[in-house]
Amino acid sequence: MSYTQIAVSAVLLALVLDLFVLRTSLIMRKVFWTSYAIILPFQLLTNWWLTSRNIVMYDAGSIIGTRIASAPVEDLLFGFALILGVQSSWVYLGRRGV
Amino acid sequence: MLKLGYVAMLAFTVLGSFWLEVALKVRVLRRVRRWALSILPIAILFVLWDAYAIAHHHWHFDTNQILRIYGPFKIPLEEFLFFLVVPLAALMTLEAVRNVKKHWIVGDEK
Repeated sequence: MSYTQIAVSAVLLALVLDLFVLRTSLIMRKVFWTSYAIILPFQLLTNWWLTSRNIVMYDAGSIIGTRIASAPVEDLLFGFALILGVQSSWVYLGRRGV
Repeated sequence: MLKLGYVAMLAFTVLGSFWLEVALKVRVLRRVRRWALSILPIAILFVLWDAYAIAHHHWHFDTNQILRIYGPFKIPLEEFLFFLVVPLAALMTLEAVRNVKKHWIVGDEK
């Protein structure tokens, strides 16, 4: 699988986790999108740092080639899946009294 | 100095988010059990993804800009720290928004 395919799959998995497995429905809530709107510029900035300085380099054959702030667009999917997965787990555990 | 390129990004993320713990009293760090259990399963999946991506050369790292300390699957130490620091920052941001917008539903209210 390419980075693109895995990244899209990861976002779908995170959505399934949020909506159907943990049933936290964060993607329906203002609190999630507001936090994501705060996180996104920082992700673009740190991604730009890692990619423009070639700290991390990508195989051209594994990505579609579209870049945002020097980083592959796939990185945004990677970040979204990571953030949603962790935040959804956090809310789920909080609801269960952990 | 050059070897700290990736570490600098991690330090920036810590500086940019951990002040919320103090200033907005988001109290994420002190809820160790909750953040550890939230992050661990997701982080394991991302480490496996990282291992696959490194093995298949989807991405690689400039060895002059990382510490050259490696964990399992040839994953640099910085990557493991990434999967700890970034999720913590995301949780602190969520809790910070909750603290500012107290009437917004998060989903774990009693």
